[in-house]
Amino acid sequence: MTDTHCPYCSLQCGMRLRPAEGVPEVTGRDEFPVNRGALCGKGQTSAALLAPGARLTAPLVRDGDGLREASWEEALDRVAAAMTATAGAHGPDAVGVFGGGGLTNEKAYLLGKFARVALRTRSIDYNGRFCMSSAAAASRAAFGLDRGLPFPLADVARTGCVILVGANPAETMPPAVRYLRELRENGGTLVVVDPRRTRTAELADLHLQPVPGTDLALALGLLHLAVAEGHVDEAFVAARTTGWARARAAAMAHWPERVEALTGVSVPQLRRALDLFTRTPDGMVLTARGPEQQSKGTATVGAWIDLCLATGRAGRPLSGYGCLTGQGNGQGGREHGQKSDQLPGYRSLEDPEARANVAAVWGVDPGTLPRSGPSAYELLDSLGRPGGVRTLLVMGSNPVVSAPDASRVARRLGALDHLAVCDVVLSETALLADVVLPVTQWAEETGTLTSLEGRVLLRRAAVAPPPGVRGDLAVLHGLARRLGHATGFPDAPEEVFAELRRATAGAPADYSGISYDRITAEDGVFWPCPAPDHPGTPRLFLDRFAHPDGRARFAAPSHRPAAEEPDGAYPLHLTTGRTVTHYQSGAQTRRVAELAAAAPGPYVELHPALAAGLGVGEGDLLTVTSRRGAVTAPARVTPAIRSDTVFMPFHWPGEGRANLLTNPALDPVSRMPEFKVCAVRVEKAVLPRVRVPDAPVAVTA
Amino acid sequence: MRSRRIAVVGAGMAGARLAAQLHAHAGPTETTLYGAEPQGPYNRTLLADVLAGRHRADALALPTGDARVRTGAEVVAVDIRGRALTLADGSRETYDELVLATGAEPVLPPLGGPVGPSAGVHTLRSLADCARLARDADTAARAVVIGGGVLGIATARALAARGLTVRIVHRGPHLAERHLDRLAGTALRTALDRLGVTVHTGERAPVLEGGERVTGVALADGRRTAADLVVLACGARPRTGLARAAGLAVRHGVMVDDTLACAPHTYAIGDCAEHRGVPQGLATTAWDQADVLAARLSRTGPGARYTGSPALARLTAGPVEYAAFGSCDDAAEEGADVLRIGDATRGAYKKLVLRGDRIVGAILVGDLATAGGLARAFLTGRPVGPDPLSLLVPPSSARLPEESRP
Repeated sequence: MTDTHCPYCSLQCGMRLRPAEGVPEVTGRDEFPVNRGALCGKGQTSAALLAPGARLTAPLVRDGDGLREASWEEALDRVAAAMTATAGAHGPDAVGVFGGGGLTNEKAYLLGKFARVALRTRSIDYNGRFCMSSAAAASRAAFGLDRGLPFPLADVARTGCVILVGANPAETMPPAVRYLRELRENGGTLVVVDPRRTRTAELADLHLQPVPGTDLALALGLLHLAVAEGHVDEAFVAARTTGWARARAAAMAHWPERVEALTGVSVPQLRRALDLFTRTPDGMVLTARGPEQQSKGTATVGAWIDLCLATGRAGRPLSGYGCLTGQGNGQGGREHGQKSDQLPGYRSLEDPEARANVAAVWGVDPGTLPRSGPSAYELLDSLGRPGGVRTLLVMGSNPVVSAPDASRVARRLGALDHLAVCDVVLSETALLADVVLPVTQWAEETGTLTSLEGRVLLRRAAVAPPPGVRGDLAVLHGLARRLGHATGFPDAPEEVFAELRRATAGAPADYSGISYDRITAEDGVFWPCPAPDHPGTPRLFLDRFAHPDGRARFAAPSHRPAAEEPDGAYPLHLTTGRTVTHYQSGAQTRRVAELAAAAPGPYVELHPALAAGLGVGEGDLLTVTSRRGAVTAPARVTPAIRSDTVFMPFHWPGEGRANLLTNPALDPVSRMPEFKVCAVRVEKAVLPRVRVPDAPVAVTA
Repeated sequence: MRSRRIAVVGAGMAGARLAAQLHAHAGPTETTLYGAEPQGPYNRTLLADVLAGRHRADALALPTGDARVRTGAEVVAVDIRGRALTLADGSRETYDELVLATGAEPVLPPLGGPVGPSAGVHTLRSLADCARLARDADTAARAVVIGGGVLGIATARALAARGLTVRIVHRGPHLAERHLDRLAGTALRTALDRLGVTVHTGERAPVLEGGERVTGVALADGRRTAADLVVLACGARPRTGLARAAGLAVRHGVMVDDTLACAPHTYAIGDCAEHRGVPQGLATTAWDQADVLAARLSRTGPGARYTGSPALARLTAGPVEYAAFGSCDDAAEEGADVLRIGDATRGAYKKLVLRGDRIVGAILVGDLATAGGLARAFLTGRPVGPDPLSLLVPPSSARLPEESRP
């Protein structure tokens, strides 16, 4: 029997695996304080991927047009040879690394070190850029530090009001919903902001349904009302913030009637939302991908943080802003150096002191560390181009399905000299690879992850991986050795973690006091934890914010349109998202029979009024076209969505890929693509005529 | 490239928006706002809320990006050809591009009797006006507001909130007749009545009475109503003196084309401008124009054109609220489909005017629950679908009790 955590989202529910016939039996672990025994359908069925046949068991290499099984020696030799050849011909930056927010802290750390020390490339980023990078950028600007939630999730149940912005935990992290229910049972209120009346919105006291891409204006409209109705906490603003005058001016430029016309949210609803938020002493704003995955995502999150700061709902117990991080290690994955501008411990690659610190741990000259490189989409868009990346190692990501403007990304991947992919399954990206390396998955390996709460957790191996499968750490170890680094890339997780602790000592995300033993004994430790006898930090900012002056900073942003607004040719908004059944690109969950049966393919959600105008009904095939591509999928008609917007989930590959449509317009600060809003046209699908076979046909005269 | 110096005459809402947008576009521009008032730009639409005690007078400032804001710097002359302007103190400044954003000034109808704030006869167009009116209101018991449009209604409500007995004396057949039909005007009158504000309509020639101070207003039927102060809210006209003196074409406002230009290197936006024969008075329209001009001047959108703004009128004066979109007076109903809901008990009135499946106009008074959806439907011009009534009546899930009112 092994206690571990779920392979999927950032909630990292506690699980217990019992050996059983075939795959282990999964149950929720009652003692783990976050999920308290609950698991969603994805978690319950997660062991299916441990079955033989579901996963890759041998390396694959491409010969001519096909992939064939190969030995690890041959596969690693090929990757290392390609890296060496590319670096020799085109320089070290032409070798790229693309990581993932599902990788353990140890993997993320070693991958960053591998890029900077073994490859000496600046070309490294990861799919977390597509996840919470806007929230991270806004949090760092406002508070001086980014940790998804600055408080334990359980605090949500004890505050007075929660505004959930563009978050649908009822589908994306169902076990978290209990905290929203408890919040309401305790007399608190829930406000949900979403263009769709989601399952989460159904739970709310108030649902605001703005036009996609207008969350920023909505936040400033609420801030305006907070000023007008005397809810600014002047004492808090004076003592703990800077920049209020500018933020107040921004609010004055977003008066409620203007915001109503921009957002479609009526002024009485704005008033009601502000009333719920301010009628109790404590309140929280939690955002997820809705406001974040916009070309103004950083400014949008900044606007919501401004609302918290102005009303004094930050920096004290049971109040504050938080981001519901998405991927399993979305938090830890962004702290340990696979991000293009970062070193372990959330240190900046451009900070001389940080470079010196980390270089000393790595035993290299700080001058040899590369500088910041391109962001995820920019890196992918550079593949195979002059000056771009020509050999790419992908670890734990499936950009063919999950990146914006996916057909373009697939073309770029196709233009590489060499693509190597480490994955558990033969993902759509792995299908394009020259070398596929089958790696261990959650229950087959040990390593730490950091949940959305900033709680560092330990996943433990419960079963032995199939023969022929190695860990990602072993892959990096093997490649580094081939590239001339016989030491410095251990493949034992605890050994890597020990080095990570040293590398993060004194850093913003300080793990130096955390050990596997402590995590086990304490059911997780909250960073920062600078010493073995330090209790960890469940709640941040109670005394001061993390800027040098201890004050939080207002963002004072301004509404601007989405990069692509509807027009005559593309008259509707498309927004994309997730369903309860699948996780991210679906590479794992689509291979679980129960989940695949429950949600076999993509669909287009649209309002009855829009459906009536198009003359389509439930199940009719629709073609959705944007400036980047066209997708055909069946209609799902529901009054739960705005009539000017259609929604598609993005979990599926092939012709139904929602990301064939999405707009790679990037946020200027976070470099987040605008997944959540683009302009489309929707038509009843015209299917190719079925040809009558040239068989004899009986004709009656 | 040397950055171009943009001189904006008038530090009001249009000028502030232009400056903020030029900053956002980060083009090669250097902006200076010249304002006669002692403050930088502020949100003028909130003056009645300041009077009502809802907003603080010193908290209305608007963002101006990285513009240099010169307050107390009235421009008294512009030399279009020489690209220079003269300030009240006699100093001269040169520029590369000139933007007139001089706004509008209150219309002061000839009403006889005492004149000016010192006599208790006020206007409400600036923070200074607001301060004078508020001071007067502190010692007054009875007020008369001449004019029953948006500003008159909002001012009347604000004075009522301060405890004064207020009457509105309005020239038109019903309140806000530029935006509303007769039934909506009646619903509004009922809402004001509940606040203790009495409305007199059809008063074409009220006469102010008094000597050094106003004492009352004489109405057409010979009745007199006593007043300790009077507010003139009879509309505004474009402030065009500077443009006229500079030789620019002026009709009602400074005439501009779709590029908002009125002469080479010279532009006009906001309340002072007249575009396609239409002067305008809405802040949102001024901002639309500022957005277009900022795109052009920053060269981020050199082809941007201004082709007009949708008519979207909103009033929020405490519990007295309305939204009016497009054409919705009684004449607009001719040959159109009209959906109408009247609810006298709850003081609500709603109307949707359709031609085919397109919205021509709409009115909401008293119950603004669907104002957002209606605004979006009107702005996008998309077909209304099979259930247009849903634009007037929210689904039950979206209905909300308004437990707290400002």
